Amino acid sequence: MSADGYRVRGRDGEWEIAVGLEVHAQVISEAKLFSSAPTAFGAEPNTQVSLVDAAMPGMLPVINRHCVTQAVRTGLALEAEINLTSVFDRKNYFYPDLPPGYQISQYSRPIVGEGRVVLDLEDGSQRTIGITRLHLEMDAGKSIHDRRADATCVDLNRAGVALMEIVSEPDIRSPEEAGIYLRKLRSILRYIGTCDGNMEQGSLRADVNVSVRRPGDELGTRCEVKNLNSVRFVMRAIEVEAERQVAVREDGGEIELETRLFDAERGETRSMRSKEEAHDYRYFPDPDLLPLTLDPAWVEAERARLPELPDARKARFMADYGLSAYDAGVLVAEREIAEYFEAVTAGRDGKQAANWVTGTLFGALNRAGIGIEQSPVSAAALGALIDRVADGTVSNRAAKDVFEAMVSTGKDADAIIEEQALRQVSDEGAIEALVNQVIADNPDKVADFRGGKTKLMGWFVGQVMKASGGKANPKAVNQALRAKLDG
Amino acid sequence: MSDLTALTIADARAGLAAREFSARELTDAHIAAVECARDLNAFVAETFDAARAAADDADARLAAGEGRLLEGIPLAVKDLFCTRGVRSQACSNILDGFAPPYESTVTANLWAVGALMLGKTNMDEFAMGSANVTSADGPVINPWRRRGEDKPLVPGGSSGGSAAAVAAGLCLGATGTDTGGSIRQPGAFCGIVGMKPTYGRCSRWGMIAFASSLDQAGPLTRTVEDAALMLQAMAGHDSKDSTSIDRPVPDYAASLTGDVRDLTIGVPAEYRMEGMPAEIEALWAEGVRWFRDAGATVVDISLPLTKYALPTYYIVAPAEASSNLARYDGVRYGLRVEGNDPTEMYARTRAAGFGREVRRRILIGTYVLSAGYYDAYYLKAQKVRTLIARDFESAFETVDAVLTPTAPFAAFAIGEKMDDPIAMYLNDVFTVPASLAGLPAISVPAGLTGDGLPLGLHLIARPFDEPTLFRAAGLLESAAGFSHRPDQSGAGRAV
Repeated sequence: MSADGYRVRGRDGEWEIAVGLEVHAQVISEAKLFSSAPTAFGAEPNTQVSLVDAAMPGMLPVINRHCVTQAVRTGLALEAEINLTSVFDRKNYFYPDLPPGYQISQYSRPIVGEGRVVLDLEDGSQRTIGITRLHLEMDAGKSIHDRRADATCVDLNRAGVALMEIVSEPDIRSPEEAGIYLRKLRSILRYIGTCDGNMEQGSLRADVNVSVRRPGDELGTRCEVKNLNSVRFVMRAIEVEAERQVAVREDGGEIELETRLFDAERGETRSMRSKEEAHDYRYFPDPDLLPLTLDPAWVEAERARLPELPDARKARFMADYGLSAYDAGVLVAEREIAEYFEAVTAGRDGKQAANWVTGTLFGALNRAGIGIEQSPVSAAALGALIDRVADGTVSNRAAKDVFEAMVSTGKDADAIIEEQALRQVSDEGAIEALVNQVIADNPDKVADFRGGKTKLMGWFVGQVMKASGGKANPKAVNQALRAKLDG
Repeated sequence: MSDLTALTIADARAGLAAREFSARELTDAHIAAVECARDLNAFVAETFDAARAAADDADARLAAGEGRLLEGIPLAVKDLFCTRGVRSQACSNILDGFAPPYESTVTANLWAVGALMLGKTNMDEFAMGSANVTSADGPVINPWRRRGEDKPLVPGGSSGGSAAAVAAGLCLGATGTDTGGSIRQPGAFCGIVGMKPTYGRCSRWGMIAFASSLDQAGPLTRTVEDAALMLQAMAGHDSKDSTSIDRPVPDYAASLTGDVRDLTIGVPAEYRMEGMPAEIEALWAEGVRWFRDAGATVVDISLPLTKYALPTYYIVAPAEASSNLARYDGVRYGLRVEGNDPTEMYARTRAAGFGREVRRRILIGTYVLSAGYYDAYYLKAQKVRTLIARDFESAFETVDAVLTPTAPFAAFAIGEKMDDPIAMYLNDVFTVPASLAGLPAISVPAGLTGDGLPLGLHLIARPFDEPTLFRAAGLLESAAGFSHRPDQSGAGRAV
């Protein structure tokens, strides 16, 4: 089923879903959005806190230029409008891990306006998801409730860290699309180095807005499911929330605008606060910060500095290397993979290189549970192995064994080929001797072949290969057999 | 007041440079004066040991001929400024025990040119007040008395402790902060000079925030020249304050030429307030005459939106304050009153920590920013604020400075005007418009009421035109010849 045709099957028929995502992406930056405190993950609690982050009396925020650059780069990568004037607002609410009693965010005038992300769906079709806006805001700290029985502890290391909130239009039509969208967004952010996309460490978190409707109807009332920290949870939360809404509607109920939490263990969403309980954040422009103005020439310079993005690279891989859309899509999803592939394929056949990377290499990485940046076989080493196949030194079959040995020993292809005597036998005399032996041992099969059962050729090749210990060059074996049997 | 405590900063600089007296002697004289005047409640912290040590350092520098702009000058600092290791509580219980590990930019600038701190001065809690009666440290007593009366009067506010200390000769000058008149009005009530520079001229870093878009530091001194000297040291760009302006600080004292013949002074009709005492009207008219006599051109002008300034201010300032004061939650510093959960802890802490006026303004501010009221109040107020600034802009197309009274009345008794917050807010009716427009303004003592209390005249100038402001103020000062000093034993008297 294509993603576009996703339907929730209710008691009384089918429902469509409409989903929008609000993604919070932590900006890659040494310092926080409004202070010079460092941002490294995993530091001891409260060791990365400036006077500003702790909201000491009289302290003032100063915008971190680098974070602004990162937001603009992201906006450009999302093909979005860059707002040359944007405003920081205060979002007021009390929480112990929010030291100033307000979050500095951008409310009515965000730094980035409308943009888009193109999704490649599994059936090969594409869908464009609209980006509503991207704004900069500071993160809050962390309340730790289980450290002490008698108190809640607060860690302010995250307080003030720069986040980009990337809001999509409600264009997503299935949980799968949401997953593809999130992965694509993550890929783009990682390509341009504005967010590491690490969902386990909380560098990327998503809130999903879900509504259901009868096909063709107007959008229904949405519910927001907050703080999902994996692609799997995003997809699952959409699924169960849509099912919940369908059940409510089919029972004659109304969906109320509310914020909900996803319980992964029980596979359900639960109400967090209703519209009536919603905070009044009393947004107003932060008087400590002037409106942020950008020089259009600077924006254009940043645009020119952007690296090749996944979509462009995919098109190039298809055109230059003759790859399928699927293979190209797989290879460009991660910048590191794409770069690895390009190093492997340099001066070699693109399809061969793609098969090695997406098949053999990925298989090895998956088994080891590691990423390409930790690959035990470097791109250069894999390229050298492919060369040995191309020049006939080893058979394709034997090359797989060579690769496994490279993974386990870290040695290069030539060393392993020598050590394990995997060099392919192409010597005509040696192969002829093997062929003669097989023919001599199997007179009945020879008679059958000559009597018209030409399909036995494969059987003969297999026997010769077996006799050679897999080292004979299959092409040479074939030729020699044909000469003998046909002759 | 001993001889040394009667000096101006300019005189003290000359005396120190000539080694007529030492910085240590100057400082000790002021310490003695502070000790004798504790009943004024002007100081909430005394830092005498540090002051004496700083005076000794200053003497060493002076002896080496390396005296800086304010070398050895003893000053007082409003409790709103964060001073390293010294209580900085904005005279609020919520900051109980707070002594920051950092120094505000403005005070650091003063110490960097040799000035020294005698202590921290009393103020209205979080600078919210015009009589210094909202302080958690108790009211300040104005060193002035009505002639023949012994009733203690307010010094004005919110920089009431600073104004009283300067007027009583407890320091040579003091820092204040002005959000809607908090330097100028107490300056007028205490018979001294109070100056608020252009918004962005002094860094707000390390100044406990009341209303960020309005707060400005400024000097309280006994002469215009002293104000120019102090501002010289206080002003300057600070990369830690995004609203501070990066432009050079001119030599302010050099602008005091006494020559105002090229100036045009505007007199706004809208400042003629109903029910204003005739003696204030008369003093204002006298100010006009002084400028005319000195060769300046005086013209009537109109600032039509003046009457909207006070209501606008009482929306904008509380709105910002309601958010600025949210950080005082009992979690990290200052007062905490425990509760069963965070919400209860907040409620108890803030109820115990904030006084009535502060609570009132937090409530007003929260209200005007609330969903459904934001457009009607806050947004409308911002628009009016822009129009008020435009009023001034057009006035400054023809005039160089605007002359008004500083306040619609003289100092009143502690306890008066306390029941009605609106009556109290009227204190700032003439000072608030310049605050909303971010303009530099100054109050100069210019005369006495019939019962012997000081009155101030108020000048407003173009943004960053402090030189013209000081020059015009210098003319008022010399023409008025105000040499009255408070006599703490009774009524104001001429010396």
